[in-house]
Amino acid sequence: MATANIQVSETPLVLYALRRADDALILGHRLSEWCGHAPMLEEDMALSNIALDLIGQARELYTYASKVEGKDNDEDKLAYLRDIRQYRNLLLVEQPNGDFAQTLVRQFFYSAFADLYWRAMMNSRDTTLAAIAAKSEKESAYHLRHASEWLIRLGDGTDESHARAQAAIDHLWAFTGEMFAVDDGERALIHAGIAIDPGTLRGRWLQTLSNVASEATLVLPENDWMQQGGRTGRHSEHLGHLLSELQSMQRTFPGLTW
Amino acid sequence: MVSVLDRDSELRRRAWDAAASVVDPEIPVLTIADLGVLRDVVFAGDHVEVAITPTYSGCPAMNMISLEIEVALERAGFRRPKVRTVLSPAWTTDWMTEEGRQKLRAYGIAPPQASSSRRALFGEQAVACPQCGSENTELLSEFGSTSCKALWRCKSCREPFDYFKCH
Repeated sequence: MATANIQVSETPLVLYALRRADDALILGHRLSEWCGHAPMLEEDMALSNIALDLIGQARELYTYASKVEGKDNDEDKLAYLRDIRQYRNLLLVEQPNGDFAQTLVRQFFYSAFADLYWRAMMNSRDTTLAAIAAKSEKESAYHLRHASEWLIRLGDGTDESHARAQAAIDHLWAFTGEMFAVDDGERALIHAGIAIDPGTLRGRWLQTLSNVASEATLVLPENDWMQQGGRTGRHSEHLGHLLSELQSMQRTFPGLTW
Repeated sequence: MVSVLDRDSELRRRAWDAAASVVDPEIPVLTIADLGVLRDVVFAGDHVEVAITPTYSGCPAMNMISLEIEVALERAGFRRPKVRTVLSPAWTTDWMTEEGRQKLRAYGIAPPQASSSRRALFGEQAVACPQCGSENTELLSEFGSTSCKALWRCKSCREPFDYFKCH
């Protein structure tokens, strides 16, 4: 286990691509943990397919980050040779799968955002990010529809499924604020027309949530205290365990290929 | 006498045809030309370079397709072929040729509806059964055997079938 971590020169644009890539990779990895364990075959395929979409998005974003950085850090090195403090994903996506309701609520919160976010990013002045957005927005739309339908089924289902869905919403709520936060580097990219201001999406995101929640007979928390830290590498303990699995082959056998 | 220009365009046509013959490993009735994945063939110095555009972000067939293109070009006598991935403009199912749609239908997969706008993604979907042509069909599972397909069932002839999703 002696492979050294890579060092990444995190210019604002590299960091921007890296943050979105890390979101997609970590959430994709989480969903892949359901493969072979989902409650039914169709759902096993659905979660694996969504995982595949997300990991595909991550690859394109890592490749772009690598190109912008202009060093030797390709997509594999970015995924396998950074440690927990170098990961820039949202705390939301690293939260454990928990029960099926928790997985679906996490997916719902993220997809409701990603759907709006990628659609807005199609207008980015950065042609690569705009092209990645054009694909991702369609995929996110499917993901959102899938998660919404499930949430309605769980919330408006049995007492047990309702209670679990509500508990998942209450538990994960504090991790949603980070999606709308920006720092100085991102603010400059927003001014340059490369990034979009996620704050402008919050109203519509809440509207999507409340539409689905009311159909699902679920209640959105009023609590607005939000936990942050993922974007700057301060993660929950869960990410370390995830990375130890994700990276174990490359850490044990450096440079291993198929 | 053959001019240099003619010879170059003849070479390019041969390279194009070789690349265009590569099929999607998961839907082997479709070539990458049918799919609209093959974008360009250019000569750069002494080697040929093929530009393709990825379909779905996570489609595992893309790596295989790149490899198959290199093999096809080498077989056709082109040395050291290269495959380049172009992201922009992004591929959509609208780029699938009419011939490709017909091949899909004959193969038993309902082709994607034209105009993959968001309305087509979420609007009323009228997917015709590739077996009997009936539009009396229902969605069984949004996510099917590959990332590009959903699972449907015909309520007229009762056959389940794959539907190539709009993208």
